Amino acid sequence: MALTGLFLITFLVVHAGINSMIWFNDGGETFSNWGHFMGTNLIIRTMEIVLIIGFLVHIIDGLLLWKQNRDARPVKYAYSNPAANSKWYSRSMGLLGTLILIFLVIHTAHFWIPNRLSQGISNWEHGEIDLYGKMVEIFQNPLIVLVYVAGCFSLFWHLLHGFKSAFQSLGLNNVKYNKAIEIAGTAFAIIVPLVFALMPISFYFHLVH
Amino acid sequence: MKFNLKVWRQKNAKAEGKLVDYTIDNIIPDMSFLEMVDVLNDNLVRKGEDPIAFDHDCREGICGMCSMYISGRAHGPQHAATTCQLYMRSFKDGDTIYVEPFRAGAFPIIKDLVTDRSAFDRIISKGGFVSVNTGQAQDANNLPVDKAFAEKAMDAAACIGCGACVAACPNSAAMLFVSAKISQLALLPQGGPERNNRAINMVNQMDEEGFGSCTNIGACEAECPKEIKLTNIARMNREYLVASLINE
Repeated sequence: MALTGLFLITFLVVHAGINSMIWFNDGGETFSNWGHFMGTNLIIRTMEIVLIIGFLVHIIDGLLLWKQNRDARPVKYAYSNPAANSKWYSRSMGLLGTLILIFLVIHTAHFWIPNRLSQGISNWEHGEIDLYGKMVEIFQNPLIVLVYVAGCFSLFWHLLHGFKSAFQSLGLNNVKYNKAIEIAGTAFAIIVPLVFALMPISFYFHLVH
Repeated sequence: MKFNLKVWRQKNAKAEGKLVDYTIDNIIPDMSFLEMVDVLNDNLVRKGEDPIAFDHDCREGICGMCSMYISGRAHGPQHAATTCQLYMRSFKDGDTIYVEPFRAGAFPIIKDLVTDRSAFDRIISKGGFVSVNTGQAQDANNLPVDKAFAEKAMDAAACIGCGACVAACPNSAAMLFVSAKISQLALLPQGGPERNNRAINMVNQMDEEGFGSCTNIGACEAECPKEIKLTNIARMNREYLVASLINE
């Protein structure tokens, strides 16, 4: 979970970084240039396969872990007060992950899947759809904007636990650095989902043209 | 003080268990939780009923024998205390208190609140010891040990193996316990020669016993009567990772 989690975190950095190009407010020109590079570069497209594998391993590993841990206590407590000793989001990583997965299906159905289908195998260079135009169009629907914001909230809580948890699982825990890891994790969990959430909101309120 | 108790009663390992209501009165606030159960059992015996079976031994917080999941928490609401060190003054007069056994597949119930925690003994038997001869007292003094490491080892060695970490963990993971035992020896020179085999064998036995896996929730650390730290789990992960890579 930790290795794939940290790998997916690096993906989030790239994804948030490139999508932030929409705020250049140049009609999506910079964004589309980068999108074109990401969609047609051979190394990036190979990494895309690694990324899909990363997602699958993270999801399957998570489901197996969830099942193993659920089976480890066949008879549940009749009365339990877990709020007294731990955070709800730390205990709900499976649920948050599932919400993110549902969001991911909706999200890829909006952009990534139509784009790759349009490109096909042979028409990489010229088959791309206008992703910027698609964003402008899709994010006029307030319901979709709400779904995206909700997805970002799930990601926020997932990262709030996941970021620092990954270091602990890998044994990268040292009293000297623990505080720094925790601060970095919290900052990351706030900033990245916030940047993502601001994208559909910006389109909805016509803050980007 | 007066309390309404909901106590888990279960005849044996195979039988279906259920919560049974009891009311108890005239409890002195400075009684320990176990003494309160003693009074309740005395009342039950006088009425000709089967007393509640529960684990206890030293009653001074150092043996790790007492257990119980009280008011939804391992060893009850008192921070850093075993059930024998939990006093009735921690509750309000008239409170309803749930009393359940430590629950985990690896801790099968023997009767009522008594669970079989011998899974911990089997984990210890896989490497929670030093098999080389460490000599006499003067020999120990000849081995230089950094004060900071000695302190950390001593903190880890404070683990009394009660199983509260497993009981409190939503995953029923035993990693706080196992990591305390691995850390205690890994931090000292005497434990050095066997550290790799120890990490691998103890972790494997832990998995074999059917404990869950750590997802870093932190409930164990919060409920541990001896305040064993999560840093031990990270150390165990590190020990296990290194051992898996280099052990032949």
